[in-house]
Amino acid sequence: MSVGNLSANYQEAIAMIMFAIGFSNLLLQKNLIKKIIGFNIMDSSVYLFLALKGYIAGHHAAIVTDGVQSVDAYINPIPSGLVLTGIVVSVSVTALMLSLTIRLYSRYHTLDLDRITTEVKKGGF
Amino acid sequence: MTHDFVQNFPLFCIILTLFSGPCCMILRGRWARYVNLGVISAVGVMSLFVLLDVCARGGSYVYMMGHFPAPWGNEIRVGPLEAFMALFFCIIMLLSMIGGAPQRLRKIEASKENLYYVMVNLLLSSLLALIYTNDLFTAYVFVEINTISACGMIMICQNGHTLEAATRYMIMSLLGSGLLLLGICFLYGLTGHLLMSNIKEAVAQLVAAGTYHAPLMVAVGLMCVGLAIKSALFPFHSWLPDAYGYSTVSSAAILSSLVSKGYIFLLIKIFYRVIGFDIICNSKIINIFFVFGIAGMMFGSISAARETNIRRMIAFSSVAQIGYIYMGFGLGTGMGVLASIYHILSHAATKSLLFVSAAGLSESSADSRELADLTGAGYRNASAGMAFTVGALSMVGFPLFSGFISKILFAQAAVNQSGKMLPTLIALALSTILNVIYFMRAVIVIYTPLRSIPAERREGYRRIRMSTYPQITVVFGCFVLLNLVLGLMSQPIVELCARGLGMFG
Repeated sequence: MSVGNLSANYQEAIAMIMFAIGFSNLLLQKNLIKKIIGFNIMDSSVYLFLALKGYIAGHHAAIVTDGVQSVDAYINPIPSGLVLTGIVVSVSVTALMLSLTIRLYSRYHTLDLDRITTEVKKGGF
Repeated sequence: MTHDFVQNFPLFCIILTLFSGPCCMILRGRWARYVNLGVISAVGVMSLFVLLDVCARGGSYVYMMGHFPAPWGNEIRVGPLEAFMALFFCIIMLLSMIGGAPQRLRKIEASKENLYYVMVNLLLSSLLALIYTNDLFTAYVFVEINTISACGMIMICQNGHTLEAATRYMIMSLLGSGLLLLGICFLYGLTGHLLMSNIKEAVAQLVAAGTYHAPLMVAVGLMCVGLAIKSALFPFHSWLPDAYGYSTVSSAAILSSLVSKGYIFLLIKIFYRVIGFDIICNSKIINIFFVFGIAGMMFGSISAARETNIRRMIAFSSVAQIGYIYMGFGLGTGMGVLASIYHILSHAATKSLLFVSAAGLSESSADSRELADLTGAGYRNASAGMAFTVGALSMVGFPLFSGFISKILFAQAAVNQSGKMLPTLIALALSTILNVIYFMRAVIVIYTPLRSIPAERREGYRRIRMSTYPQITVVFGCFVLLNLVLGLMSQPIVELCARGLGMFG
């Protein structure tokens, strides 16, 4: 494990740092909206990582243009497909989280999850 | 029926449940309920045919989706263990849905009832897909569908408790699935495949060549931790008591006995079909499972013993049972995993029985869930009282019932492991004592004569006869029968699981 490896793969390293930022935000933030933002950063970092795995320098997107059918002309299309699927999943999960947040806010008038928990324990239905 | 036709059934099951979900959205509550029960029964019958077919032919098969061959297409893999799990999950789900129906109809707004069945159908679909799929990314997508539908089931009767529990559940689940996704991406980057069998070949080559050891272990670790978080292994269980304790009873029964088990089954598939069990055993990951499994057993039981709310008590007991299952993985032998699989079955059959019968006991005691208010509930609702007693005895590990067999299997698996034998046996003994303390306390309370509490506290108490809800009495009978079958006729089932597990490798 050398510094050379790290600088050559700096994009992957950035993806991992973003994952750590998103993960710790989702875990540690008290504010629900910030948690959701953290979740989105975390998922985006995974998509960045996947897209990097499929990218081959100098090759084009996997859409046949000008009748060129050689494999050497295009990038690996599978990770791009996975990213699209993943985006669909994270959009639906984000929508669900936001709707939960709206429900909780209209009930307790705060976005702080710890304060909501205290209110719930007090029996404030 | 011909073999070629039966081969299609696993795909039919997944598609049928997936599409009947949205259909329930446009139906009225009652019709949606019939569609839901019909779909679960149909899937159960189809799974039975698949199981008989697979057993008769004595082998597993891989079903190609869309006729694209291996490295490109998506695949379904069917063996005896998968078919048996699908059948078992359908039985538990059907019984939980029928058993929870009266309470569900009272608690859920009539206009929202059909939405509940949308969630249940999608949940069954994702469970079946997790059981059958041979593709890691498909597994990830269905893990997310499973999470979303489980969240919907928690918050269907909306009060502060369920909303907060659903939010915490979502946050924990998202952390878990983020780690799982990252692990899958690492593995894809290392091997270039997403189908389980292809990844296993590539991983075997990597290990033989001795290259990329660290990234491989990171990927395995990420997937294991991700699924452990999602299945509520101690210390990631903080959302569990509220989610199981305050949601409607069908949700609690299905969540505790099926949803977390779906993730654990996926983990077993990752062990055997993706990485290879030898590589897992040689890594240190199983030791971590072992330690946290035992910690979960102790902590879950102690918390349950301190709890005064009966539903939360049963929920904390689930934390302990999940600990048992991970301890079985931690032993690092085929026997250990087999014991864990048997515990998945016995816990599913017992925990759903306990939740449904606890709801019956509460109903006869002015809808209170406090243990003190349940005094004498076993006399007021005789069938629920007996069912609760059977469930409690099974959880404790009383001979005749299913819990006894799984504990024996754990002990047998541990005996061959010199280093881990003593901690396992001590943990089993201690947790059994703790189980006795809190479950027998509950049984004693529900059979304490009512004379001992003052008359003014008896307000709202009512007698529920077996004929009030005949379908629930039948459900209790089925659950007790299932427990007895798992407890008395364990040998063929253990052999079936062992054969199915052998075909995983």
